[in-house]
Amino acid sequence: MFAFALRRILSMIPVLVVVSALSFGIVQLTPGGFLTQYLANPRVSPRTLHLLEVQYGLTKPVWVQYLDWLGGILRGNFGYSFLYQVPVVSLIGQQLFWTFFITLLAAAFTWLVAIPLGVYTGLHPNTPFDYVANFLAYLAQAVPDFLIALLLIYFLLLTGSGDVGGILSAQYIGAPLSWALVGNLLAHLWPAILAIGLPGIGGLTRVMRANLLDVLSEPYVQTARAKGLANRRVVWKHAVRNAVNPFVSIAGLSLPYLFSGSLIVSIVLNLPTLGPFLYQAILNKDLYVVMDMLLFYSFLLQLGNLIADLLLARLDPRISFA
Amino acid sequence: MRGLARFSRNRLALVSLIVLILLYLIMAFSGFLEPENPTAQSRYSYLPPTAVHFFYQGRWVGPYVFGIQRRRNPVTFAEEQVVDPQLRYPVYFLVRGWHYRLFGIFPSDLHLFGSAGPLHPFGTDALGRDLFSRTLQGSEVSLGIGLVVVAFTFPVGILIGGLSGILGGVTDFLIQRLLEILLSVPTLPLLLALSMLVPANTPPVDSFLEIAAILAVLGWTGLARVVRGQVLALRQLDYVAASQAIGASRLRILIRHITPNLASYLIVSATLSIPGYILAESALSFLGLGIHPPLTSWGLLLSAALNSNSLAAHPWILIPGGCIALAVLCFNFLGDGLRDLADPHRLS
Repeated sequence: MFAFALRRILSMIPVLVVVSALSFGIVQLTPGGFLTQYLANPRVSPRTLHLLEVQYGLTKPVWVQYLDWLGGILRGNFGYSFLYQVPVVSLIGQQLFWTFFITLLAAAFTWLVAIPLGVYTGLHPNTPFDYVANFLAYLAQAVPDFLIALLLIYFLLLTGSGDVGGILSAQYIGAPLSWALVGNLLAHLWPAILAIGLPGIGGLTRVMRANLLDVLSEPYVQTARAKGLANRRVVWKHAVRNAVNPFVSIAGLSLPYLFSGSLIVSIVLNLPTLGPFLYQAILNKDLYVVMDMLLFYSFLLQLGNLIADLLLARLDPRISFA
Repeated sequence: MRGLARFSRNRLALVSLIVLILLYLIMAFSGFLEPENPTAQSRYSYLPPTAVHFFYQGRWVGPYVFGIQRRRNPVTFAEEQVVDPQLRYPVYFLVRGWHYRLFGIFPSDLHLFGSAGPLHPFGTDALGRDLFSRTLQGSEVSLGIGLVVVAFTFPVGILIGGLSGILGGVTDFLIQRLLEILLSVPTLPLLLALSMLVPANTPPVDSFLEIAAILAVLGWTGLARVVRGQVLALRQLDYVAASQAIGASRLRILIRHITPNLASYLIVSATLSIPGYILAESALSFLGLGIHPPLTSWGLLLSAALNSNSLAAHPWILIPGGCIALAVLCFNFLGDGLRDLADPHRLS
């Protein structure tokens, strides 16, 4: 198990190196850069522009820039944000926290709805409730997450709520921690969690339902029934326990997509996560931020795959890593 | 024919197919169906969807709309747009209006319906442009992008996946590693980054093709991977061995013998991949990183809601979002219906 984990972690390195080259390549191919906006600015002399280029290391050969960036990452230096005029590392911390916080809440919401819904519809297939749930699941999948966010904003505005966008109302910013503050935070967060979590429910519910239906027709479930176990025990201990297995790996795999899925919703709802940060960086061609974020999202994807594999190995004794 | 009968028993998939055919017909004839020039601005900004009336003083007079009067509110002095019951404009069918090109080729000015008055079935936007006409115009990009991208990804995905499977060895290894790299970056951030490559001053039609190309760059990977798996499975079958024995080249085997056997799978996979492209394009355009004006798409139309600080006052600007959801929903239903049809294990 340990050897497997180590091997998996080591195999992430070449992939990440290639992804770093890919990110760097995309950014290099971009027409215009952050400094292009100064070209038309009469206040910025060509000399200043040149000094800025030297300062940002843009005059060095391309491959030196790449190696500098990569070497910097290994030493914990993720480059310099042109837009904010500070090292990227100093910007990411708080956004990272909110990204994880909101994404994990959204994931918890998705699973808490999808698994029971999948189990229920799997146990009662082809009932009116099953059909309605199935249709709603399809619908949740079809509505873009940013439209859900916009609809939620609309309904919040209709009810006259001021808790739209951001994570705290003005009077709570910088205020000491209190129950009122937590309540205000939740009032701001639930639309985000709903908008990020809803689209995922459809797919997961259908997977859970299909798995349970498959497992329920297995011989060992028949055996469990034949030997007189209570229905509740058959369903939960034998059927659901096995139907949930593939779910674990799907959950691990879907985590990185939740991270990137929160991107647009965060922009719409003005949340301080990595999404709007990447968006601003792309609009302003803040090169290092874009490269770092691509690498980071890719790292998350790798990590999600790894966690999925390891969790599955723990949960399912039939899987071996010999 | 048994398949057709079985398919038509799946009501949801059948209805979805009909709705999709309608949507694409509307897309094809969008110029004919648009009552107003989608880029023409008018005095009436943020007009709610127009109510069409049929009776006047209890008498049937055919469809007509009321005029709109702008006046100052005597208390707040804010400018208001109110319905003026004195002005009545009949709605005519098959009228001459603004000039467009049917299918982009035939110049015409004939429209299904139109009125001299303010006829806006979906209301107007901030600049007073008719949202109904703009939504129809946006369908060309939003619905078209799915087909265009599939037209890109299919030949590439089948060829690369097929070659990977049929050649094996070093080619297979290299292609598989390339796929792994492309699949190891989450799609949305990569899409956003790739959209930086489109210069801001490209002509609109080019920007459409460039967005399609960006979607295609990421789209062929999944298909290639599955085609490779299918090829590896089919390669073992007798008829492939037979044609190999006759001396057919490997490319010929791939194109003449293996691909036709994947046809049903490919159709299902195409249908199920289109909604992803529609959603991706609308997300990019919504963020202002996709289609540029004067072209428009449903995602770009929705971005007006992002900039508008008074969404509560004019919710009709969200209507194009409903169109996205409808198209995606229908493609998903249709794709799942086709998959059930193509899957011999589900013959229940």
